[in-house]
Amino acid sequence: MHSLAVSTTSSRLKSIVAALVLSTAVGASIAGFSADAKTFRWASQGDVLTMDPHAQNEGLNNSIADHIYEPLVSRNRQMALEPCLAVSWQIVNPTTTRFKLRDKVTFHDGTPFTADDVVFSIGRSMEKTSNFISLTQGIKEVRKVDNLTVDIITTGPNPTLLDQLTQLRVMSRSWATKYNVQRPQDFKNNEETFAARNANGTGPFVLRVREPDVKTVMVVNSNWWGKRESNVTEMVYRPIKQDATRVSALITGEIDLVLDPPLQDLGNLKSNPALKILEGNEVRTVFLSMDQGRGELLYSNIKGKNPFKDVRVRQAMLLTIDVNALQKTVMRGLSLPTMSMIAPQVRGYSKDLEKRPAVDIAKAKKLMTEAGYANGFEVTLDCPNNRYINDERICTAVAGMLSKIDIKIKLNSMPRATYFPKIQNSDTSFYLYGWGVPTFDSLYTLQSIIHSKNATGDGEQNYAGYSNPKVDAAIGGLKTELDVTKRTALTRDALMLHQADVGHIPLHHQVIPWATRKNITAVHHPNNQMWTKWVNVN
Amino acid sequence: MLAFIIRRLLQSVLVMLTVGFIAFSLFNFVGDPVSLMLPPEATQADRDDVRKSLGLDQPFYVQFGTFLGNAVQGNFGISLRLGRPVSQLLAERLPATLELAMTAAVFGLLVGIPMGVYTALKRDKWTSKVLLTGSLVGVSLPNFLIGIFLILIFAVWLGWLPSFGRGETTAIGFWTTGFLTTEGLKAIILPAITLGFYPITLIMRLVRAEMLEVLRTDYIKFARARGLTNNAVHFGHALKNTLVPVITITGLQLGAIIAFAIITETVFQWPGMGLLFIQAVQFADIPVMAAYLCLIGFIFVVVNLVVDLLYFAVDPRLRVERSGSGGH
Repeated sequence: MHSLAVSTTSSRLKSIVAALVLSTAVGASIAGFSADAKTFRWASQGDVLTMDPHAQNEGLNNSIADHIYEPLVSRNRQMALEPCLAVSWQIVNPTTTRFKLRDKVTFHDGTPFTADDVVFSIGRSMEKTSNFISLTQGIKEVRKVDNLTVDIITTGPNPTLLDQLTQLRVMSRSWATKYNVQRPQDFKNNEETFAARNANGTGPFVLRVREPDVKTVMVVNSNWWGKRESNVTEMVYRPIKQDATRVSALITGEIDLVLDPPLQDLGNLKSNPALKILEGNEVRTVFLSMDQGRGELLYSNIKGKNPFKDVRVRQAMLLTIDVNALQKTVMRGLSLPTMSMIAPQVRGYSKDLEKRPAVDIAKAKKLMTEAGYANGFEVTLDCPNNRYINDERICTAVAGMLSKIDIKIKLNSMPRATYFPKIQNSDTSFYLYGWGVPTFDSLYTLQSIIHSKNATGDGEQNYAGYSNPKVDAAIGGLKTELDVTKRTALTRDALMLHQADVGHIPLHHQVIPWATRKNITAVHHPNNQMWTKWVNVN
Repeated sequence: MLAFIIRRLLQSVLVMLTVGFIAFSLFNFVGDPVSLMLPPEATQADRDDVRKSLGLDQPFYVQFGTFLGNAVQGNFGISLRLGRPVSQLLAERLPATLELAMTAAVFGLLVGIPMGVYTALKRDKWTSKVLLTGSLVGVSLPNFLIGIFLILIFAVWLGWLPSFGRGETTAIGFWTTGFLTTEGLKAIILPAITLGFYPITLIMRLVRAEMLEVLRTDYIKFARARGLTNNAVHFGHALKNTLVPVITITGLQLGAIIAFAIITETVFQWPGMGLLFIQAVQFADIPVMAAYLCLIGFIFVVVNLVVDLLYFAVDPRLRVERSGSGGH
């Protein structure tokens, strides 16, 4: 009995000593680690849908994917193109560009990066189940030349090839084969693919934990080929749906950066000494579209003719809508009012696209009378209510402004899930739209939104039926023109003609505020992408 | 007896079918998931292709039939938002919701019963009146507002508790629990209080009313006449008899708590089924919505069925088969 007690005491003593030793050791190692261990936690409303780099072409997904996966060509802090997995490239002939690949790069699982992975990944983004098909337009084939050289064959001279490549991320072929994920997420086979929750890229961060709707944790890749510009060793992304909760978490310091602070809270956040706001414009232009294709509007009281077909009506509307008032009241100063259909960062932009006629109601009324609509008309404005910043309130304000020239707006606002199918069927007379340009090249907007709709994919999103053969001709020239100065001139020509027609009514370029703790430095990205490789925790 | 059980079961099946049908027909109005799954630049042909592969081009009754057939086998298809099997998603989220609901229910009982007893015994004290008036406020304030107030006070101002999430969880088999870590325990406090607010007031008022009723009965008077202490009368006799309806109501209330968790979970970013459902609604993720509604319907039906059967066992009057179809 007694001896037993002693032995338990002594063994307990031993274990206490052992625990002490262990805890000091652990303590020391933690302390040693914490000196340079920096965790960066950020949040926005929704979660990433998948880790598969080719399954979802959406802002947040691309942000997260860019931590892990890398493209051949990337963008620097000024949004200029820079080498990434490709070190150099040259045009061999009008349809072939040769890329030299970076040597001694390894994937997170240790396998070396080679030309096979590039051929495989671009092929994968061209698969039917890929979400990136539109970004592979014009690419015919990728050919391996040797282990570190590939040729990309295009259907014709392709001036935006490099821009497209920034969005095509490279996976490991052997890894994809091993886990049977050679194709992006396929909704037809009722199973989750391995690549949806696991990742293996060459990028600066390695995926550690993936809990959908809870958190995504990454740690820094110590074998990364690039030069580290960030002191973050661990990155945690947490979706927080409720606005108030997300803002609270930032104030309490549970979160370091919020990608989408609610506009009404910005004032409070700015006055909080522990926080700061990063502002910058997104490459996204918000505009109004009027149905100019149909002989009679679907949703109007005017029968037998289409008032929007008359350029004087469109001019009158342009003269009535006060974009500066919209900026001041609805957007609380957070927008860049514009007359241009493309944002300043987009290649082809020039200052003279911004000349907007001053608001002039008397002149607008006169134009309406000349067009035969002295008493105005009624029309329905379709509007999303959860897609663009303050979208529904923009529409309400526009309706109020147009009532001054007796255009009575019936506002039809709806969530994006019902809005987009309706618009995509051209089941509309008048609608609000926002267009982002991931390639940073004007062709993306001109070809999809402004070019007349045809069978070859031009005017894919020209739901308003705008059409001007002269504009189409300029866009046609842009498709194969490689010279930057000539491209800017062609863009300008097309957009000036389009402005004279009042083909659309541009409102503003969206400005995106990010809210962060004072000790964080981050780089605001015009694609609204958060890259931890540019974040520092001080 | 057997006839009663069979009748009850048949009724339950009918209720489930109705829930399934209503849920499924609502989905025709939430929008088109295909436009969210594909980029805006996708062509019409791409869209039709995906629509076809998901069976969305079939007529309504075919879609519903397929849905029922699969649902009976526990197969709710694949989430359009997350690209994973719905049954797997729900199984992952179930522990979070159940832990929250149970904590809220226990919290409701532990706070609600003493408050009810107190307000019944000290009817005329001003503290009772304050509690009763306060409970009215609790009933009438919407859940999300209570949650946001709690976050403001305990997370933002005092900094005692986390403002969102579930903290660290530990996996035990398929079940993940937040009860084994300090962080997890701290994280459940605010959401459980938010969710438990309504049950507290309900239980408190119920206990109070029942207590007042029981205290008026003859056997209580007799107990007093026997010279028993106040404590023995109040807690040994009166409270015991009060608790039978309270436990029944709490049982039924559990279904409601699980369903109401949607709002609390959204406010606190609690990774349960309710949060999954809300996100599914925004994405028009039909399989998840359908499965969730059916599951909640199922929980309600089961709880009701169990309560009915228990009554049958407890109350002899129900066992007497009524002759004919009755007088009304």
